[in-house]
Amino acid sequence: MKGRTLGRHLKEGGKNLVRNGWMTFASVSAVAVMLFVVGAFVLMIMNVNHFASALEDDVEVRVFIDLTAGEEEQEELLNELEELAGVEEIAFVPKDEGLDSLIASLGDQGDIFETLRDENPLNDVYVVHAENPEETEQIANEAEELANVDGVEYGQDIFEQLFTVTNFVRNAGFVLILGLMFTAMFLIANTIKLTILARKREIQIMKLVGATNGFIRWPFFIEGLLLGVIGSTIPIGILSYAYVRFYDTFGQQTGIEYFQFLPQNPLILQMGALLIAIGAFVGVWGSMMSVRKFLKV
Amino acid sequence: MITMKEVWKTYPNGVMAINGIDILINKGEFVYVVGPSGAGKSTFIKMMYREEKPTRGDIIIDGQNLAKVKERQIPYIRRNIGVVFQDFKLLPQLTVYENVAFAMEVIEESKDKIRKRVMEVLDIVKLKNKARFQPHELSGGEQQRVAIARAIVNNPAVLIADEPTGNLDPDTSLEIMYLLEDINERGTTVVMATHNKEIVNTMRRRVIAIEGGRVARDEVRGEYGYER
Repeated sequence: MKGRTLGRHLKEGGKNLVRNGWMTFASVSAVAVMLFVVGAFVLMIMNVNHFASALEDDVEVRVFIDLTAGEEEQEELLNELEELAGVEEIAFVPKDEGLDSLIASLGDQGDIFETLRDENPLNDVYVVHAENPEETEQIANEAEELANVDGVEYGQDIFEQLFTVTNFVRNAGFVLILGLMFTAMFLIANTIKLTILARKREIQIMKLVGATNGFIRWPFFIEGLLLGVIGSTIPIGILSYAYVRFYDTFGQQTGIEYFQFLPQNPLILQMGALLIAIGAFVGVWGSMMSVRKFLKV
Repeated sequence: MITMKEVWKTYPNGVMAINGIDILINKGEFVYVVGPSGAGKSTFIKMMYREEKPTRGDIIIDGQNLAKVKERQIPYIRRNIGVVFQDFKLLPQLTVYENVAFAMEVIEESKDKIRKRVMEVLDIVKLKNKARFQPHELSGGEQQRVAIARAIVNNPAVLIADEPTGNLDPDTSLEIMYLLEDINERGTTVVMATHNKEIVNTMRRRVIAIEGGRVARDEVRGEYGYER
């Protein structure tokens, strides 16, 4: 396509937006509302994911080695653990180190345990990380069956609840977003259908004088794109502002190690890019849907 | 120039519009297509600019078989065929100049070329002084001349006119006919469907009469042959 033709298409597409004043307004609003909800969900889901993965990273199976096990038997156990399905990494924590960190974690009161240095009652521990946090439970169960294992520990309860909640949020968000996308798409399709009805004669004449379908489609393509992109700017503005305010207020002070909100940068940029992309996609798809029928003259 | 071989057309609803037509129109000819309403004349004309596709048979215009071309080649075929209608089919919001230029914009000609050629054809149809007018400011005859200018602006090999004088009074009709003759003399093949008995009988040309989807008559300097 030649440059001046693109210029013509841009002009025509823009003109259509103005010509259809109210329908343009309706479609842009629909896209804006849809993307607002999508954007809010994206912010929420990203944060939930962030919490979840912080937790998941911390999920580990602690395998306590029998106090009676000698070096050879420990070695053997290590090999057996390594052969379990889904094991990513195994770290050995000798009982002295275990005691060190116990004392350190208790602060001043930890000093009482210093007396235990000579007669350490703790077990040597293998700390096992799973490749996939969801396999943790299985690994723990299998490890428990092995010889020379005194016991196995992992955060059973939190764990299952965590997965239920995060999966639910993700799925619900996804379904909602899809539903809204379709709604907005049909609204745009309808707007453009009106444009086309008004220009049916023009399209007919264009076809008669030898315009290709591509040539006819372009202005509508641009119109849809503009509808979608304009519709995305409004929610991006509102959500960015809201999140910045939110983060300024609550960002640093949750106090709980795992529950840190994602910083505004790059989250807002990602959300913005995603909304523009969805807006553009919905706009273009909607317009192409309605043009297709009219081109079969 | 235009060859139809064993052409049949049956619409999806079962109407058999064209039932075996063979015809040859040479380059530079001027042909009237006549016949009662509903006899297949309209389908015959529409197949020539590939608005309708024949069910069977071949239609060859300027070496291209319209029955076989792919959907996406149709635009390129149409650029070689100018079409004029009874209702002019002008775009009301555009000026005379823009209406004619439109046909060249669509095929992505340069601005300079468009300006030069549009003024040239407006001169041929004698509307140079009304280039800035909008269609509603013109008389019916003038509007039809704009439509003709648009149809010939890309130098088509064939000009197809479907009842071009249907909405015009006798004097204006004659004016349009002189214009079509002029265009024909410049080398363009003209095929014109008409109900206008006076014109066919005064400006004698080849007449193809279509009845019941067949060629009922094909005379070199024929006459209209129907009461109305």
